[in-house]
Amino acid sequence: MSAGAVGGHYAYWVTVFLMVAGLYIVVARGNLVKKLIGLSIFQTSVYLLYIGPGKLIGGTAPIVAEGFRVYSNPLPHVLILTAIVVGVATLALGLALVVRIREAYGTIEEDEILDRDREPRGGE
Amino acid sequence: MRSYLVLRVVAKLLIPFMLLFALYVQFHGDFGPGGGFQAGVIGAAAIVFYALIFGLPAAKQLAPEWIVETMVAAGVLLYAGVGVAGILLGGNYLDYFVLDHDPVHGQHRGIFWVEAGVAITVSGVMLKIFYMFAGRRRDADEG
Amino acid sequence: MIRAQLPALLVVVPLLAAPVIVLARRAALAWALALAASWSSFAIAIALFLQVRAAGVVSYAMGSWPPPWGIEYRIDALGAFVLVLVAGMGAVVAPYMRRSAAAEVPGERLYLFYAMYMLCLAGLLGIVATGDAFNLFVFLEIASLSTYVLIALGRDRRSLLAAFQYLIMGTIGATFYVIGVGLLYLMTGTLNIADMAARLPAVTETRPLVAAAAFVTVGISLKLALFPLHFWLPNAYTYAPSAVTAFLAATATKVSVYVLLRYFFTIFGASPAFAEVPFQEALLALSAIAIVTASLVAVYQPDMKRMLAYSSVAQIGYITLGIAMANRAGLTGAIVHLFNHGITKGALFLLLGGVAMRAGRASFDCLAGLGRAMPLTSFGIVIGGLSLIGIPGTAGFVSKWYLVLGAIERGEWWLAVLVVGSSLIAVAYVWRFVEAAYLQPPGPASPRPGEAPLALLVPAWLLVGACVWFGLSTSFNVGGAATAGQLLLGAR
Repeated sequence: MSAGAVGGHYAYWVTVFLMVAGLYIVVARGNLVKKLIGLSIFQTSVYLLYIGPGKLIGGTAPIVAEGFRVYSNPLPHVLILTAIVVGVATLALGLALVVRIREAYGTIEEDEILDRDREPRGGE
Repeated sequence: MRSYLVLRVVAKLLIPFMLLFALYVQFHGDFGPGGGFQAGVIGAAAIVFYALIFGLPAAKQLAPEWIVETMVAAGVLLYAGVGVAGILLGGNYLDYFVLDHDPVHGQHRGIFWVEAGVAITVSGVMLKIFYMFAGRRRDADEG
Repeated sequence: MIRAQLPALLVVVPLLAAPVIVLARRAALAWALALAASWSSFAIAIALFLQVRAAGVVSYAMGSWPPPWGIEYRIDALGAFVLVLVAGMGAVVAPYMRRSAAAEVPGERLYLFYAMYMLCLAGLLGIVATGDAFNLFVFLEIASLSTYVLIALGRDRRSLLAAFQYLIMGTIGATFYVIGVGLLYLMTGTLNIADMAARLPAVTETRPLVAAAAFVTVGISLKLALFPLHFWLPNAYTYAPSAVTAFLAATATKVSVYVLLRYFFTIFGASPAFAEVPFQEALLALSAIAIVTASLVAVYQPDMKRMLAYSSVAQIGYITLGIAMANRAGLTGAIVHLFNHGITKGALFLLLGGVAMRAGRASFDCLAGLGRAMPLTSFGIVIGGLSLIGIPGTAGFVSKWYLVLGAIERGEWWLAVLVVGSSLIAVAYVWRFVEAAYLQPPGPASPRPGEAPLALLVPAWLLVGACVWFGLSTSFNVGGAATAGQLLLGAR
């Protein structure tokens, strides 16, 4: 791999690292809050994927002004704002579920929760 | 205690500026990073800061639960209402061009009201989330 | 003037109903608003279906920005067909919810339940109506987030973990989808689906396109519950409130199938870059495994809701099998099964909800002697089961007929044998119900004799009647599916 492929694309390398790290945390960790953190990291990598290519070399902010001809693309920013809001809502919902699970089971470790479900209980 | 005194004085100094900054971000979204979502979060963060320093009951006196829940729904209705206004004035849904005497001013007006709706809903939602989580912790400790 | 605004009103009516319900607070008023919004959406969906049948494609520019710069709502034959299913299920489940939700959801939260149901309906309708790839993601997440909340409102505490697991898997799926759309946007410069299809043949760098195709397929397959990404489905269906399970089983996965069809045929079919990607073989293999293993697992479940959930995974396998065949008959079979399975599973889960209301649960020990205790409900479940198996005279037979035709057209006899053979496994799990309900004496957990309330029985039997009706009079479902299939194949 040439130096240009590694150095010039470092934004994409960071994106891929965050993506894989986030997915690994979701899969490998049993604690429900850690899973949510992994999910957030995974979603953050997607924001980088969109915004990085939006910036044009030599482009200015996407506001029409005198004397500027090259503008950066405003559309990825709009898309990512939407995606960030979706991510925040998902995280909030996930945490609310974790709070309720803690009240119902007394723990937030996934294997302990599954154990407590497997034990025969008196009623529903 | 003395350390709490420092926090309380600094908070009372800072919170008005935080709220003012939220309004600034809200109205300058046209020309810089900003807009409804960011402004709503900053505004809610100011109230959360108040709750952290002065306690949750004081914050609930400042922003009662029923107002917060109404804000959540009212902001969405405002946004959707702008869309319906577009239909009633002859355009499509969320058509800003027909909202004023010429298209450019129509865009200004549409964006203004839509962002206002977003800010109201987002600050309401953030506060509601904080109230839900903070209020629960209190019950678990007392129970 | 209203006619031109119908595509927007389809989504806006339930979307507006949600905050109004939050402000209204009282459960009875909330239900009335939800009912009105669901029925209005159904009327709009039918009107749109008739419009599309007359005009071909209905295009609507959101905000009056012309496509491809603005967001476009684009409804063609396939979209109109799926819209009728989704809105129809919403309209049938809404009157059912009044008694069912009141029995399963705490009273002070009922208005929030209806608000979430409205958001879910708006999201699902929006996914089908929109013609913009990112707008699809937004509606996908609106529908998914409200689904997680609806599932978590179930009575059993296991519904919380089921909702959480579904949240994790669903969000990963949606994020994969967004990555795919991002790559497609980078390569084509547009987010409008029709414009993307037009620009794709000109793109020379094919590797990002193939990566995008992989991401989108995996992401949507997570939402679709395609084997092996189906692990969220059994828990989510079993522990959710009964009305929610019925609504989701009939709509959520079907809408994801719609997205898959839209991407496979309209977008990926447009460019020769995807010709070497083994979509068909992979989908064929996974569908076959899904059908056989899920049907087998369903036979051994102790709870009937869980059994039907695994049966849903198998039936989704039939739909993707038809898509993988990619010929006229196979695709028609897939789209028809989308509709037929929707009404069949909807009917079955609605009837089981009536059982759950009387007995508390739907496990097989509660079902003993149901034939005597709740005769109408049991008979309805039997008819639904016959439709699952594919007995002639029911809707399920029609879809399996077309799937077998498609297999024979391709010359792959083993597929035809698979479709027929797996129906025999379905006989095994439907027989479990018949045995428990009619051949066993009532046990200690069985409900007292007495039918479920009318508010539950009427919508459920409406769907049961639809199963039989659409099995005998196939002009709507097969006609709509054939038109849609032809359109998709023609776009290739």
